Amino acid sequence: MIDFMGKRKWFFIASGVLLLLCIIFMIPAGPFGLTWGVEFTSGSSLTVVFDSDNVTQSDLLAELSALGHSEAVIQKTESNEFIIRVNTLQGEELELIRTGLEEKFGALDIPASYDISPSLSKAVASNATIAVIIASVAMIVYIAWAFRKLMHSLRYGVCAVLGLIHDVVAVLGIYAILGNAYPLEVNMMFIAGILTVIGYSINNTIIVFDRIRENFLKNPNAPLEETFNRAITETLGRNINTSLLVLLVCVALLALGGETIRDFMIILTVGVVVGTYSSIAIAGSLLIEWEKGAMGRILGRLNPRRALAKS
Amino acid sequence: MGRRNIIILAIIIIVFAFSVSAVAVTDIFGRSGMTLGLDLKGGVYLEYQAEFGNESASDNAGRLEETKNIIERRVNEWGVAEPDIYTMDPDRIVVQLPGFADIEGAKSLVGATAQLIFREQVDAVSTTLSASVNASGTTLAVADAGGFGAGDVFVIGSGSSIEPQTVVEVNQATGTILVTPGFDYDHAAGESVVNQWTPAIGLIDGEEYILTGEYLLPNCYVALDQTTNEPIVQFEWNGDGATLFSQITGRLIGKPLGIFLDNDLISWPTVQAQIGASGIIEGMSLEEAQRLAIQLNTGALPLTLNEVRTQKIDPILGADSLNAGLMAGIIGLALIFVFMIVYYKISGLMACLALLVYGAVMLAIFKLMPVTLTMSGIAAVVLSIGMAVDANVLIFERIKEELRSGRSLGASVETGFSRAWPAIRDSNFTTLITCIILFWFGDQLGAAPVKGFGLTLGIGILVSMLTAIIVTRAFMRVLTFTPLAKRTNLFHP
Repeated sequence: MIDFMGKRKWFFIASGVLLLLCIIFMIPAGPFGLTWGVEFTSGSSLTVVFDSDNVTQSDLLAELSALGHSEAVIQKTESNEFIIRVNTLQGEELELIRTGLEEKFGALDIPASYDISPSLSKAVASNATIAVIIASVAMIVYIAWAFRKLMHSLRYGVCAVLGLIHDVVAVLGIYAILGNAYPLEVNMMFIAGILTVIGYSINNTIIVFDRIRENFLKNPNAPLEETFNRAITETLGRNINTSLLVLLVCVALLALGGETIRDFMIILTVGVVVGTYSSIAIAGSLLIEWEKGAMGRILGRLNPRRALAKS
Repeated sequence: MGRRNIIILAIIIIVFAFSVSAVAVTDIFGRSGMTLGLDLKGGVYLEYQAEFGNESASDNAGRLEETKNIIERRVNEWGVAEPDIYTMDPDRIVVQLPGFADIEGAKSLVGATAQLIFREQVDAVSTTLSASVNASGTTLAVADAGGFGAGDVFVIGSGSSIEPQTVVEVNQATGTILVTPGFDYDHAAGESVVNQWTPAIGLIDGEEYILTGEYLLPNCYVALDQTTNEPIVQFEWNGDGATLFSQITGRLIGKPLGIFLDNDLISWPTVQAQIGASGIIEGMSLEEAQRLAIQLNTGALPLTLNEVRTQKIDPILGADSLNAGLMAGIIGLALIFVFMIVYYKISGLMACLALLVYGAVMLAIFKLMPVTLTMSGIAAVVLSIGMAVDANVLIFERIKEELRSGRSLGASVETGFSRAWPAIRDSNFTTLITCIILFWFGDQLGAAPVKGFGLTLGIGILVSMLTAIIVTRAFMRVLTFTPLAKRTNLFHP
């Protein structure tokens, strides 16, 4: 049996530092920040492939400005391929850009384009938030019900979801950090990736909690730390096997799967590592802190009257 | 080996055989292949929001439906294979054209109202702006609105780049002109306002009617002009149209007749003689002429549509994504097979056989339901394969614990499965809850990738749970009756 719970202070410090870094990197106004796709910002996104290899980003921006799109943001994805984001194009505007660029830089192809009107992008962001909140509440309720034979079963649900939030923030942050070295944007594929990470991470946490439940029912009088440590140690084999397996698949696909699924596989790879770590180190640690009354202490500190009454 | 287990095995074999043949036979139950989403097949996606007036909700819904039907006819006449056109509450129309790459052409064909109006020139009615207007203005104050009427087309200021504006309404008392939205120019007070065109009006039974495309017979076609070799659209009027047209052309001999499509002047031929039954429209490219003929034959849209989301994916790009996705699936599956067999030996092999059943059933469901397969759907399949294996790993770890404590294979298999069940159930159900919410949220929002992900993962979880619990267990039970059962070290790491 490994004493995981005894080291929880270190886990909290490690995660705290990681999450702090991630949040700093995600700040939109900062030097880093995530590149948001047109689904969230509204606008048009065009993939432009030139026949010529000699088109530079600054030439392209100058020409787009001349065409009335000085707001253009350009990402270079290959030697002759660019992703251009501009305000939402209506009607014939796409055709005007195409002919304008063609006159200046020679033959080109626009294999993919995507336009989102401002009214729609607002709905995407707000509805995504609502969906995540509803999903979290539903998961808490289900877990509380599934663990109803234990004391404070609601806390299992809450801690599983807290672990989930930990994973999502970490993945977002690491994506933002990687985005500085490589063109990555937050788009629908990214959402699918985050959803996959959520599914995977909650799965891992439930496996650990399930063992805690089983050990509790078998031996209700054992010390809390021991029950947790035993459960985590017993599920370690499964957690590491499954995670290694998924990781192996992710890395193989990153190397061989091609451009289209690369962003997705990056998210999944990071998500598997973080998700495995949090289900072993964070979810249980949070739960044990709560069971030991840490929540009461924090609330007490926040509520001066209660703090006074206690002293 | 147990009567019950034999029945279960027989059912598994039947389901597997049915699934394999459903996937292998090209044409089964009217389904000839996997339904691929636009991201894998390539194509054009157009989503429009209709501008509703003050009519009742049911009137609006009716007009939305009518608009959709007209778009359907336009697309069918254009000759796009397998279009998917539908309305989404409350005011959306979605047009999907798989395998189609010309997004500009599709936009002009589908989204244009295609209101054809004939106008005649006004004899120099001119006034000045009495207040400046800016980009947001749709109301103009003029010194004298006397010479202006609804439907007139005028220009403000001078120069070649100025765009003509259409009058929606004139308030003679206040001297203001309401123009169509989309008016986006800055003009100072004192600039000239010159009326150019006014709707061509004829009389039927003493009542005034404007000559528009609604009087055309639906048999317009494209031809080449015999002298200029330029494309033209030939049209024919119905009875009322012919009456109006002959009155108007009779009045305008030697003068231009303006032909406007959605307020754009497309040609202004000089009338040579009084004509009645038919005519031509010129001044377009061949493609524009073909589009116009289709639009005239199918009629103008009863609602104005605004683009809210449009997407184009080149079919070649789609094929690349599909290949990458399939490659991902195959590599992933191969790695899982190798790992499971090397690590869990015979148990692992049984899990792999169960995974084959899982794969066949999933493909059959995708084909028969049908589930539209998208990139995010493939991601969901990969995840659900992971969860299918995970269920097996959980079970085998439990069996390992039992075997190590010295039990027989038969007993270990039974206990292993029942011990692993709560973990499998709770982890899968929690994910299933997420799937349901994603599906609902994706549906509400029209976010097809999210909806597809939720649906595919949901199906994947249910099937994977069943294969792990039923199929793997049935296979393992068979083995407990073979001589291999005594060599328990072949069943765990």
